[in-house]
Amino acid sequence: MSLTVRLLILLLAPLLVVLLGLGVRRARFSEYLNLAASIAVLLVALPLPFLGGLPTTLLGGYLLVDPLGAWVVMCVAVVYLLSSIYAIGYMRHDVHREAQLPLFYALLAGFALTMLIAPLVNSIGVYWIAIELTTLVSTFLVGFERNAESMEAAWKYIIVVSSGISLALLGTALLYWGGTFVYGQTYQLTWASLAHAAPQMPPVLLKMGFLLALIGYGTKVGLAPMHTWLPDAHSEGPAPVSAMLSGALLNTAMVGIVRFLAATDAAGQGALPHAALVILGVLSLLVGALFIVRQRQIKRLMAYSSVEHMGVLALGFGFGGTLGVAGALYHMINHSLAKPLLFFGAGNAMHHYGSKRIDDIRSVWQVFPVSGAIWLCGAVAITGAPPFGLFLSEFAILRAGWTRPYLWAAIVMLLLLIVIFVAFLNHFRAMYLAESSIAPVEHEDWYGGWRVVPMALSLVPLLVLGMWWPSSWTVLFHTIANALGATP
Amino acid sequence: MLANHLDPLAASLFSLLAIASLLLAFVMLGSRWLKDYMLAFAAQSWLIGILSALIGYYGGYQELYWVAGFTVLFRGVVLPWLILRILRRLNTARELHEVLSTSTSLVIGAAAVIFALVVAMRITDDLGITSNVVVLALTVMFSMKLIGFLMLTLRHEAISQILGILVLENGIFLGTQILVPGMPLMIELVLLFDLLVAVACFGVLVRYLLTQIGSTSSRELRRLTG
Repeated sequence: MSLTVRLLILLLAPLLVVLLGLGVRRARFSEYLNLAASIAVLLVALPLPFLGGLPTTLLGGYLLVDPLGAWVVMCVAVVYLLSSIYAIGYMRHDVHREAQLPLFYALLAGFALTMLIAPLVNSIGVYWIAIELTTLVSTFLVGFERNAESMEAAWKYIIVVSSGISLALLGTALLYWGGTFVYGQTYQLTWASLAHAAPQMPPVLLKMGFLLALIGYGTKVGLAPMHTWLPDAHSEGPAPVSAMLSGALLNTAMVGIVRFLAATDAAGQGALPHAALVILGVLSLLVGALFIVRQRQIKRLMAYSSVEHMGVLALGFGFGGTLGVAGALYHMINHSLAKPLLFFGAGNAMHHYGSKRIDDIRSVWQVFPVSGAIWLCGAVAITGAPPFGLFLSEFAILRAGWTRPYLWAAIVMLLLLIVIFVAFLNHFRAMYLAESSIAPVEHEDWYGGWRVVPMALSLVPLLVLGMWWPSSWTVLFHTIANALGATP
Repeated sequence: MLANHLDPLAASLFSLLAIASLLLAFVMLGSRWLKDYMLAFAAQSWLIGILSALIGYYGGYQELYWVAGFTVLFRGVVLPWLILRILRRLNTARELHEVLSTSTSLVIGAAAVIFALVVAMRITDDLGITSNVVVLALTVMFSMKLIGFLMLTLRHEAISQILGILVLENGIFLGTQILVPGMPLMIELVLLFDLLVAVACFGVLVRYLLTQIGSTSSRELRRLTG
């Protein structure tokens, strides 16, 4: 199968769901069509980073398939499939929403489509537009419940992210201006041409362009202190949407930051950008830790955990080096597997107890013996405990920081991770074991396989990745790190 | 670059238009009536459209005529019309609650312009550029950015926030026209289109806000905390 065919399947499958789903307007049809599309997308995306002949450009140079972009596409595809399975069970829960389901799946597939395109866009200007489109589509998913809380979350989301990301546009304009000193007035600003021109660009424009892009796309990634939209949006959307936002969307914006960082590295101006990224990473971990400790709402707990993990990613890329980049990429896929699991568990609990408050969720062992066990394993995994994948990736990032000028940041990271481990699992202890006045429900209500199977599907690879770091991935991470110009 | 060898007439025309746009940003900052606010935005978009056409004429960039036409059409006519439609549906004609008095916000805006000027001069010194037009373009670009953020933080009405975001983008658009007139046409057109889609989405959301919360003021959005 040629690369063009693969990409066409990747992009046309979700598009088909949008068009056919809205055309036919049958709930069951949309559900299964979306599921089929997400399976097709994953089948195409899984081998994508490992294909020979990358990086290459396609479709008239508009699309760039490089290992980094393909890796992120793979993460998006994983989350898209998990969410599509779970959404069937979750969205059927509310019977009188049946008529809105075709719209929901059209939006979900459209959201997946924009996220699959963004990492593969070659032109920096078009990348900005793709990221903006992800916001516009997902706003309606965040506000899908149409109650006061979700509308508030949707409004905050679109205003904060749109205004933040306009800074990235300003940064892009300054970088384009910097490029005119090398290429002349008219040229295509692509990732390759930026990295190529960066060494001869005036450093002031390069650094300023990077910092503006970091703040702009950092808003979308959810790095503190630009994270304010994230807990609201992640907690108010339906659970499958929260999973997509957290597991997939944040990574697609991170790609942009990483590529700008590579350009400053190529120019030998990387010291300030790396320091800025490390500082934002530490801040995100700090904010995550503080809000996790005192959190009262289950989905906001997961959302602040996303802020924390984006901080870990920022630290990985900020520390740099082959080890830092490899750790961050490994962390990306591990987080994309673990976070949907947690949101799914939270969605099940919310439906069962009819509340989002952690205080109302009690005796989970009695209520959900099976899915509760998986959820607990997911909680242990997300805090970075062995034997799960996140332990290995966080450990790699920590090692990358240990031998570099950012020893202080690595130590702070370690301390904050311990705080988060204790605080996060303490909430779970309360939910599973604390004495409660609520009468325990008789026995497990399976909530249909749709709602448990995706949790198991994400737990198994997490466990495998925690014990076995595939060697083909090491080769891939080396290739990506070299392409990004990371020094070993 | 174009701005380095401009004839004096062109240089003064560019400066005039850039400064007039900045003044209109101050008009928005000082106005409390949503309709005035919107009209000032429309006028600013027209000025930027005229600026694009002039740059196309003096710099010999044919495609800028297209950009000028689309800017006037989209930003100067369609967007204000869309916003007017949203405005008609609401029962608020003005900002009811002021975080800061008008005069205070104008003074802060002036401070933002001075800051932008300092940054712009540092950049142009570093690049060894002496052209006043470049300094001015950078100043206007940065200060419209800052004023846009100021409006976003000081205003509560949904419409004001949408307009604040549009001012942010107008600033970038104005700056890029002068600094990098050769920017590929495709990018600029897609950006304009994207803006249109964004405002349409805002419009739908405003309607939901009104039905679900009963108000379009962000003062009422205080359920989600912690």
